[in-house]
Amino acid sequence: MMATSYNAKDEDGHITVSGPGTMRSKKPENTAFKQQRLPAWQPILTAWTVLPAFFIIGLIFIPIGIGLFVTSNNIKEFEVDYTGVDVSSPCFNCSQNYMWNSSRPCTCSIPFYLEQPYQSDVFMYYGLSNFYQNHRRYVKSRDDSQLNGDLVSLTKPSKECEPYATNENKPIAPCGAIANSMFNDTLELFYSDPNGTLIQIPLSTTGIAWWTDKHVKFRNPAGSNLTVAFQGTTKPVNWRRPVYELDADPENNGFINEDFIVWMRTAALPTFRKLYRIINKNNNMIPTLPQGNYTLEVVYNYPVRSFEGRKRMILSTISWMGGKNPFLGLAYISVGSVCFFLGVVLLLIHYRCGNQNNSQDISN
Amino acid sequence: MSRRRVESPSSMEQPDDEVMPYSDDETDDELDVSSEEEPEPQDVHLPVEVKVSEMGWKVKANDRPYHHLPEFDKKVCLCFKKSRYAGNAIKTYKYNVITFIPLNLFEQFKRAANLYFLGLLILQVIPDISTLPWYTTLIPLVVVLGVTAIKDLVDDLARHRMDKEINGRKCDVLMDGRFVESKWRNIEVGDVVRLKKNDFIPADILLLSSSNPNSLTYVETAELDGETNLKFKLGLRVTDERLQEERQLAEFNGLVECEEPNNRLDKFLGVMQWQRERFPLDLDNMLLRGCTIRNTEHCHGLVIYAGADTKIMRNGGKTRFKRTKIDELMNYMVYTIFVLLILVAAGLAIGHTFWYEEIGANAWYLFDGKNQGASHRGFLSFWGYIIVLNTMVPISLYVSVEVIRLGQSKFINWDLQMYFAEKDTPAKARTTTLNEQLGQIEYIFSDKTGTLTQNVMAFKKCTIAGRNYGDPTTAEGVSLDRGKPVDWSWNQLADRKFEFMDHSLVANLRAGKDKDASEFFKLLALCHTIMVEHKEGTGELVYQAASPDEGALVTAARNFGYVFLSRTQDTITIKELNQENTYEMLALLDFNSDRKRMSIILRFPDGRIRLYCKGADTVIYERLSPNSRHKETTQTSLDVFANATLRTLCLCYKDISAAEYEAWSRKHKEAQLSMSDRDAALDRVYEQIEGNLLLIGATAIEDKLQDGVPETIAKLAKADIKIWVLTGDKKETAENIGFACSLLTDDMQIHYGEDVNEKLTVRQATRRRVTQTILRGKKKAAEPFFTDPGQKNALIITGGWLNEILYEKKKKRRRLRLRRLGRRAPPTSPQDGQPMDDWEKEMRQVDFVDMACECESVICCRVTPKQKANVVSLVKKYKKAITLSIGDGANDVNMIKTADIGVGISGQEGMQAVMSSDYAFAQFRYLERLLLVHGRWSYIRMCKFLRFFFFKNFSFTLVHFWYSFFNGYSAQVAYEDWFITLYNLCYSALPVLLVGLLDQDVNDKLSLKFPKLYLPGQQGALFNYKNFFISLFHGIFVSLIIFFIPYGAFLQTMGQDGEAPSDYQSLAVVTATSLVFIVNLQMSLDTSYWTFVNCFAVLGSIAIYFGIMFDIHSAGIHVIFPAAFHFTGAASNALRQPYLWLTIILTVGISLLPVICIQFLHKAIWPSVGDKVHRNRKKYEMELKEEDKKKPSAFERGRRSRRSGYAFSHSRGYADLIASGRSIRRRPQPSAGLQDSIREVPQREAENI
Repeated sequence: MMATSYNAKDEDGHITVSGPGTMRSKKPENTAFKQQRLPAWQPILTAWTVLPAFFIIGLIFIPIGIGLFVTSNNIKEFEVDYTGVDVSSPCFNCSQNYMWNSSRPCTCSIPFYLEQPYQSDVFMYYGLSNFYQNHRRYVKSRDDSQLNGDLVSLTKPSKECEPYATNENKPIAPCGAIANSMFNDTLELFYSDPNGTLIQIPLSTTGIAWWTDKHVKFRNPAGSNLTVAFQGTTKPVNWRRPVYELDADPENNGFINEDFIVWMRTAALPTFRKLYRIINKNNNMIPTLPQGNYTLEVVYNYPVRSFEGRKRMILSTISWMGGKNPFLGLAYISVGSVCFFLGVVLLLIHYRCGNQNNSQDISN
Repeated sequence: MSRRRVESPSSMEQPDDEVMPYSDDETDDELDVSSEEEPEPQDVHLPVEVKVSEMGWKVKANDRPYHHLPEFDKKVCLCFKKSRYAGNAIKTYKYNVITFIPLNLFEQFKRAANLYFLGLLILQVIPDISTLPWYTTLIPLVVVLGVTAIKDLVDDLARHRMDKEINGRKCDVLMDGRFVESKWRNIEVGDVVRLKKNDFIPADILLLSSSNPNSLTYVETAELDGETNLKFKLGLRVTDERLQEERQLAEFNGLVECEEPNNRLDKFLGVMQWQRERFPLDLDNMLLRGCTIRNTEHCHGLVIYAGADTKIMRNGGKTRFKRTKIDELMNYMVYTIFVLLILVAAGLAIGHTFWYEEIGANAWYLFDGKNQGASHRGFLSFWGYIIVLNTMVPISLYVSVEVIRLGQSKFINWDLQMYFAEKDTPAKARTTTLNEQLGQIEYIFSDKTGTLTQNVMAFKKCTIAGRNYGDPTTAEGVSLDRGKPVDWSWNQLADRKFEFMDHSLVANLRAGKDKDASEFFKLLALCHTIMVEHKEGTGELVYQAASPDEGALVTAARNFGYVFLSRTQDTITIKELNQENTYEMLALLDFNSDRKRMSIILRFPDGRIRLYCKGADTVIYERLSPNSRHKETTQTSLDVFANATLRTLCLCYKDISAAEYEAWSRKHKEAQLSMSDRDAALDRVYEQIEGNLLLIGATAIEDKLQDGVPETIAKLAKADIKIWVLTGDKKETAENIGFACSLLTDDMQIHYGEDVNEKLTVRQATRRRVTQTILRGKKKAAEPFFTDPGQKNALIITGGWLNEILYEKKKKRRRLRLRRLGRRAPPTSPQDGQPMDDWEKEMRQVDFVDMACECESVICCRVTPKQKANVVSLVKKYKKAITLSIGDGANDVNMIKTADIGVGISGQEGMQAVMSSDYAFAQFRYLERLLLVHGRWSYIRMCKFLRFFFFKNFSFTLVHFWYSFFNGYSAQVAYEDWFITLYNLCYSALPVLLVGLLDQDVNDKLSLKFPKLYLPGQQGALFNYKNFFISLFHGIFVSLIIFFIPYGAFLQTMGQDGEAPSDYQSLAVVTATSLVFIVNLQMSLDTSYWTFVNCFAVLGSIAIYFGIMFDIHSAGIHVIFPAAFHFTGAASNALRQPYLWLTIILTVGISLLPVICIQFLHKAIWPSVGDKVHRNRKKYEMELKEEDKKKPSAFERGRRSRRSGYAFSHSRGYADLIASGRSIRRRPQPSAGLQDSIREVPQREAENI
């Protein structure tokens, strides 16, 4: 501020433009807000509020934890690792193939035994470990416009897709590293009837993706049919088939192929599972997967051994809280117990220290 | 009015307590220049420019083209030249329409934080390292810049308006031979202007003539120096005589040569050439911009400096940029964070290098076609992480802090309890950047006059012939508890504002029975140097007093019926009750600070000659006649008055025979004519006649303290704030006020300059002995100066001693001597307390500050503005304490600017102090509320805000860090980009901002009741590195929870309908949601003052979060901008899973519970004062209410030992002027005398008598 405003009235922009008659008083308004007297609640952390809170939280958390834990334990889950690291494992041979696009598909079958029948719908997952789907460059390497059916992006994929944007001067559809590295093992499940016959279990390929993904986020480019729509583009380098040949069903083909959509929804952690198929319960009387021997037939395409990855197949039932995960239940139980315990400790401390402090006055 | 500043004689061994030390706020080089004023003709080394700058300013009257001659041009830039004479238009605004955007942006980017974010923005554009999209930084940056720009714009608009108003004021300017009304902005140097009564002076003007005799012009300089008594300015005799008419003025063509524009309000030197004669000019001829013309019909003047060249403008320009301690701390913390950021980013970059070698290089799916080595990728990752983790340095921190401070300032402005209704002055926070510093003040430096006191003297009591008057009584002399003031309606000439409680005295006087009383008031009406003026119209008397004390005494006499009516050069006319008498004034023996008395010798109408004398009791008692009566009774009364901290004066008289007078008069004349040492000779002569006096009585004047000053000081003292009084006043006055406002008490031992000097010298000698053997620089714990533990100490020190103690004077004098005698090596051996070098001087200063700080109170009197500032900066420097200066006048400006916080007392006429202050209000007592309530709140709020702000950003940002371990250190973020963009703006800003604005741990009444609550602020206990690291660890803890609980939950689960919820987007939603909940709930827990606004803000923030998230994740927005919004459906899919809600609840719970637990334990085991007050709030509030019901007891002034109550705030005033007779009637023109200034008056005085 310069010294020019040596007239007090000039301050604050209060210029008295007209005569002195219009001078209004500078008295501040007497409002609760301006005088900082807004009605307020001034809570204090007293023993009467804190201790009951701890006990109540303890009392709420422990049952929740127990509920979660029990639910989690009731979920049946079966997991089989078919990477083929071990020489003895059936997929060992296949896993030695580090090449993509090997003309000869390698198959292996893994037998396993389900000790318990799976009553409700069974969800079949593939799981990958040590697979950094959350790597920054990888996550970015996609073109959402293209996947949304944008025709311009279809022919001119975004720079983010590099180096999987074009191949042999043709735009790649779908472009990018995520699409390029799409999981392409085929898993089939056979039930060994007590009679010894192998029954292929029907696997539903639809309903595995989020509704929003399937209907909003992913859309095929407009065109009378997909082949035409994708004309002028080329398939991702690692793919065997172009995108419009992923499935025979037109509702599950192209960008809206659900396997593709599931893959495109990148995982948060380097160890993840993705829903592969659903085994729908057909009959209320028979369990979806009865107890017994099963065989997992794998068309082994997806190389993971180069980066020491693992591939798993998981079968799981589902509860209200999702899949099997004892972590949350245990966490709730322990937090609840700690709260309860803390409540007791605080109570003791309060009785020993609180009283003497309360009584003592402030020297002024 | 210290027009006469006496340079303390260099021959004196000890500093003179009465005079201001060598004065002026001269910087060293200025001092050097002034030394060149001494005749040094042989000094050929002096560069010629110095002389030019001394007298380089040429102004020619009525000749505008002259000032545009090429020789007066100065280069502006390159080849553009401009007249060096500024126009009178002032420009305080910074921007205009075109320059606003570029200039404002430039200014804003000068701030490190903004530049940092600009740098980040640039980094984000580089594709290789762009881990976050550009908008995450750009949007907050634009908002931040926008808010600041709008604020600047509003400020600048106000300045524009103000400039326009000032520049548009009207004034009469002589154009083409006649006066024309013109706007201020059109006035130019060399113009002749006419000013009317009560006009503001538009520029620095040389007074030519006025309607008063001798071109005397009264001005009110309140805006310059805060002194409300009128000053007079004199025109040169020659201009007074020859330039009265418009025609004469139009022909005036004098050429004024004077010094270049400068900022010294007390100095002006120039020469006017006119009609082949040269006339010296000095400050007495100048009317300065900012003053107001009073009591003068009109006056004419020549504009010497205009606009930016005027002294007031030169003074105001340099405002020091002040920062708060918190600001500094905050900056250091930001640097700490920055270092932390670099370390973390470097660590993660190394992690990425290794990860890439181990895993990344083998992962075919990550192949990106770039042939980059692991270390190269690590390097890129480093920058990537710098971007990702940039939110650790919170972008909105600075803007939020500014908003909070602005709010606090508004609250200060709005505070009704700091509004002074009488003058319609609300408190005003003039700077909005220092509020929290108000909660950390350790030292207050206060001016006295006008700050602690009202500068109003009231005649309170008197003792006449051994009888005391002044307590409320009836007319019969019966004492009352509560009297009503005397009704003065019988006396038409009475001053209605004067209040007196004792009816008996009036009754006695009117009855005419009491001879002593009438003599008493006659003396008061006669023995003074006041000038009187009759207001036209009403004919009311207006007294012009050199000192307010004297004014009070004469006004008292006036009301009691002894009215001083008029005076001529040698007569005084008074009205004694109903009879007008004229007394011949034979001699006026004026005050000076050594004599401490003044006398007047009068010839009564009946021919008697009588001497009236009034003066300090100590001086008068020595000169009383042995047969003077009432000595003991008066002494008792004097003690009583002194105990009540009233200022006393003894009144006495003496009859002189004609012969005796004749004899004395001869000697007097001789002395007046003596050429050498006239003052001393006069003093000796005065001494001869002032003996054998007969005591009449004594007066007691109250130097009215402002309301509530002692209470405020007591309260602030309880808050461990030390109050130093720095005043230009005399020692006695200062001491008196010290006692009056309970800074000094009787149980204190008061140390004066000599004592202090001795102690310091001893300390220094010891140090010298010690340091001769030990290496310098080693600091030992200082021993206390005052060893007696129970003893309270106080320091009263004068400016002269201050210089002595701090070696200021000697150093300067030596330097001057060196200049004259040629260079001489500094003394190598210690002698006569001379400092050997700077180190020793510094140690001496440290010692002094240490010593002063040991004292309960410190009073520095007779200090110059420069010294005031020096004292403040000493404490600032050596105590590292936060200081506050409070003052009202121009002499406080320096100290106000020096202290960490400057407070100006506004509502007074003077605005200089206010203009340079940071806070301004009308009454000293508001300081209590400003510090203990607003300061404390602001500090607590700011600390809480900062702690929380750092916490919320750590817990927000460090989640990325934990996530790094699971994404190959690839700088993948844990949240959605939009969340990162909006987190600091929308989701977490409002509650914490509101806490920063509204929080109160304890309400204002309790804050005032318990000054101890102020202590944490002084200790800086609420925000320091410890708190910072606590926030950091809290943030680390919360971020750990926020990441690892969802991690545990996500590791191997799936959604309730089988779809995998363990995707990245769901994780981002869960972590973000948890974070928003945790931050807002944590804020709720930390809020101690829950208003509906807070409630609204917390709920609102959470609601906004969900609202925005669902919008961003909606189908519609993805269809429109598929690339920017790709989290389609993530929120709805994730948040319909009960499992994820349970995860969120658990995360929130684990984050909050330990904090609650620790806080509870802390409050239970180590409760702070604030906690205790808070806990027992209800009880204390009840107590307060009860106290309010009880009538607050009046502040009692304790019983004190004997001391003199003499404290006349007197400076030699109008005596010379009266004697010269210039103001009274026009005298015939003396021959060719051009001695116009007051300084030459003694000669004339000699002629007159």
